[in-house]
Amino acid sequence: MTKFEYAPAPESRAIVDIKSSYGLFVNGEFVDPVDGSMFKSVNPATEEVLAEISSAGADDVDKAVQAARRAYERTWSKLSGRDRGKYLFRIARIIQERARELAVLESIDNGKPIRESRDVDIPLVAAHFFYYAGWADKLAWAGAGPDPRPHGVAAQVIPWNFPLLMLSWKIAPALAAGNTVVLKPAETTPLTALLFAEICQQADLPPGVVNIVTGAGDTGRALVEHPGVDKVAFTGSTEVGKQIARSVAGTAKKATLELGGKAANIVFDDAPIDQAVEGVVNGIFFNQGHVCCAGSRLLVQESVYDDVLARLKRRLGTLRVGDPLDKNTDIGAINSAEQLTRIRELSEVGEAEGAERWSPECELPERGFWFPPTVFTGVSQAHRIAREEIFGPVLSVLTFRTPAEAVEKANNTPFGLSAGVWTDKGSRILWMAQQLRAGVVWANTFNRFDPTSPFGGYKESGYGREGGRHGLLAYLKSEG
Amino acid sequence: MPDQRLRLGCVTTLDDARSSLPDITSSEASLRRFLHGLPGVDQAGAEARAAGLATRSIKTTAKQYAIDLAISMIDLTTLEGQDTPGKVRALCAKALRPDPSDRAVPQVAAVCVYPDLVATAVEALGGAHRSVKVASVATGFPSGRTSLAVKEADTRDAVAAGADEVDMVIDRGAFLAGRYGAVFDEIVAVKNAAGDAHLKVILETGELATYDNVRRASWLAMLAGGDFIKTSTGKVAPAATLPVTLVMLEAVRDFREATGRQVGVKPAGGIRTSKDAIRYLVLVNETAGDDWLDPDWFRLGASSLLNDLLMQRQKIATGRYAGPDYFTLD
Amino acid sequence: MAERLAVKKTYKLYVGGRFPRSESGRSYEVTDAKGRFLANAARASRKDARDAVVAARKAVPGWSGATAYNRGQVLYRVAEVMEGRHSQFADEVAAGEGLSRSKATAIVDEAIDRWVWYAGWADKIAQVVGSSNPVAGPYFDFSVPEPTGVVAVLAPQQSSLLGLVSVLAPVVVGGNVAVVLASAERPLPAITLSEVLATSDVPGGVVNILTGRLADTAPTLAAHMDVNAIDLAGAAGDAEHARELELAAADNLKRVVRAPVAEPDWTAEPGLDRIAAYLETKTVWHPVGI
Repeated sequence: MTKFEYAPAPESRAIVDIKSSYGLFVNGEFVDPVDGSMFKSVNPATEEVLAEISSAGADDVDKAVQAARRAYERTWSKLSGRDRGKYLFRIARIIQERARELAVLESIDNGKPIRESRDVDIPLVAAHFFYYAGWADKLAWAGAGPDPRPHGVAAQVIPWNFPLLMLSWKIAPALAAGNTVVLKPAETTPLTALLFAEICQQADLPPGVVNIVTGAGDTGRALVEHPGVDKVAFTGSTEVGKQIARSVAGTAKKATLELGGKAANIVFDDAPIDQAVEGVVNGIFFNQGHVCCAGSRLLVQESVYDDVLARLKRRLGTLRVGDPLDKNTDIGAINSAEQLTRIRELSEVGEAEGAERWSPECELPERGFWFPPTVFTGVSQAHRIAREEIFGPVLSVLTFRTPAEAVEKANNTPFGLSAGVWTDKGSRILWMAQQLRAGVVWANTFNRFDPTSPFGGYKESGYGREGGRHGLLAYLKSEG
Repeated sequence: MPDQRLRLGCVTTLDDARSSLPDITSSEASLRRFLHGLPGVDQAGAEARAAGLATRSIKTTAKQYAIDLAISMIDLTTLEGQDTPGKVRALCAKALRPDPSDRAVPQVAAVCVYPDLVATAVEALGGAHRSVKVASVATGFPSGRTSLAVKEADTRDAVAAGADEVDMVIDRGAFLAGRYGAVFDEIVAVKNAAGDAHLKVILETGELATYDNVRRASWLAMLAGGDFIKTSTGKVAPAATLPVTLVMLEAVRDFREATGRQVGVKPAGGIRTSKDAIRYLVLVNETAGDDWLDPDWFRLGASSLLNDLLMQRQKIATGRYAGPDYFTLD
Repeated sequence: MAERLAVKKTYKLYVGGRFPRSESGRSYEVTDAKGRFLANAARASRKDARDAVVAARKAVPGWSGATAYNRGQVLYRVAEVMEGRHSQFADEVAAGEGLSRSKATAIVDEAIDRWVWYAGWADKIAQVVGSSNPVAGPYFDFSVPEPTGVVAVLAPQQSSLLGLVSVLAPVVVGGNVAVVLASAERPLPAITLSEVLATSDVPGGVVNILTGRLADTAPTLAAHMDVNAIDLAGAAGDAEHARELELAAADNLKRVVRAPVAEPDWTAEPGLDRIAAYLETKTVWHPVGI
């Protein structure tokens, strides 16, 4: 019992209005799926069923792709860039106006703390729409030649870790460049995408420009493999990413894939130590570790190992795990029973392989899906927990002696999405950044995102970039 | 205490040097080596952390607890050229009974005045003196631009007049010029002059400019024997800020880890609202921890803050907002 | 029942976020295109111009230090607030420029959209004109644009709204601040724009708008040593005056955007020239090594 116990500070749910069931958003309207099949979306913090969601079959996907094609040919490709931009500006403004509603809904459906959905996810969503809105009438400056053209219809499949943010990374640049889209949100987190569909209606976006089809893996496959699709954008597991790469082989479809990671967060002995610890914590426990670029491997220089570990453990003792809607919660619920099982299994493997497991004392709620912040020490490169993406609040700690060794260990993975470097020495930051085979290198910070900044991976973390001018190029071609 | 090595890894240089406290302070060079061996503070990171903690939502019972705790931590301060015995007597009355209509309101920790008004404060507090302490600024406050002899005399005067606590200012000029030994020696001398009185060392962080300097000055003041480290005189902008206080809280936490000695922290200046005060308490709670959540180890140097806390306290009790007319001035 | 007596508006300057009268205590008559009286506008003096430069300089740290994202949002907000005054602008443009109501409406539409166009550049210009430079050596080297500072803008004389926006927006989007001398004969849209700016999110001092005669204040602004750049658009067609102003501007090497021979067609989509004119390029070298 500490002296200063924070009383519960729950954000009100009253602002969201969750319907009992949702159709598919095709051609500007909500429609029932052809075969009428439905699945449930669950609040991972309580296991309460939130709504019945339509499961789109191949016919539904076909209708959505056709609607997108019609919208592309008849309206969207004929609009001026200026007008496309104005629609996106409108959407950005509505997102700002309905920010609290979106944040609460995101936390309910995903399990992430309201502090993060409110202060990170939703503001970034609005920022992405603003940023790409501004590009819509400036495509000639994007670097794809004087008169770049859109691909046409984009099939977009997004994960459950940042549902609305990933939607914005996909839809905003696609629309700015002049494509129309069919997007499939993850089956466990469809609600904010469906609310986004309402926002499209509110913005008077022409029907068919944005289509949202809900469902599981089969729906995603039907969408990606649909012959009427010109461009595929996927964020999710490396395994599915490889399937998609195979499915577009031999077709004219362009693909961008943003896949898994096993990032190293490298702490040198001259690091600004308190900020480094803070960054390590943020790197792996932000969003329950459900982050493809999470700093899941901590590489600490041996000379500061004891100190960093002591500070890290002390800091983890102050993390507050629990109700995602409590404004003081730092770590929310694991998104699904399935994901929880995977985290548990890999953690058990870690122990079985001889790594030492540690978690701060923390009470977990009885219902819902929960996993305590966990640190494994004594981990080596050979351990599965050092190689496989856990996608949960689990940190593996390794050590190194020299910069070269740090680089070698950091790069010793099939992944290459991100990396972190902590040192007060500027030239070393830049040297490390040069050596690291990763698409994003954060120095003395971690998990920073900005619409102007390209994001994406090396190696099996995928290809293509999202964000920034590069993110726009993924939706443009230089020839007519 | 030769084995009492600072085992703090942050102080890696120390660890390697197998140093001990007396070694560190034995020469200007060793002091400098030590202070410059402290880990850096990344500005963006420290500010982001402080801003993150400022979003904590403290409601209902937690808020009640925090408001009373904050009241009990206040060094109720008047440090104006226009101060008079009358003003100080009124301040003391307010310190003893912040809300005349509600006896359940705790007393503040101390009143803080200029040295020449210490005797007045002691007299005004009467039998309650010591339950409410008398703190005096000294050493040529606020600029500190007097000779060491004058600073010592200033301190002795204040203590002789009954001050329980002395708030000294460091020589920022010497610090910024890298003459750490001079700053150290002066703090030691003032500590001696203060005798049994508690010594709060004002770093004037607004003039130190960088968080690295704040961390170094914090360690310097602690190594020299300060009982408290205090952000500001209140005469320089910016005065207390959350990130500066964060860095100082990290320093006292690390210092205790290394030496076993606990040092208090006092942000002062610019803390005007209950919301501000509660943010500081959250910072203490999540940085240094429970042991510092006590008027013996954390103070808030403030004046107008008290009435805002009283107003919030009454709002919780009655459910309606009051206005400034319903609380006593002073 | 007697006809209601209208409340006539006093037209003032816009300096440092406030609306002062000219310190000269002078005003001048503004008429419509047919010579009918419209209003008395303040006639800014040299002192007013100097005051405006002081106010502008004060606003530099805040505006140039704001994030590009924030500047973009602020500029977009200007467009939003203008939309609410659409018909007032249309009236003023129609009267001052002698255009039909529908032509004036189209001009106002274009002026609002121009703010939107520039708003979008705020967080993109660095990505288009900046660079990472592959120098031959162990150095990381990059170039970023930075605002030059205080820019004096002689707004076009003919196109009193679209021309004005077309010369003002590119100044502020890059983080510069502006002292604008509005069209002498057609100042009303500029005054209304100042009211829009004052009620949007543009910080006081970022845009300062003077009304009056070119000859009263332009030489002061051109010669002012605390002005970093000057746009001579308002001197279009008067080559001799424009040359004199450019000569004065040379004293502290102001960046000069020259006056065109004749006023251009402002409805054409602008390029990047005007934004780039007020940007400095800063190149940073940093060693790479362990």
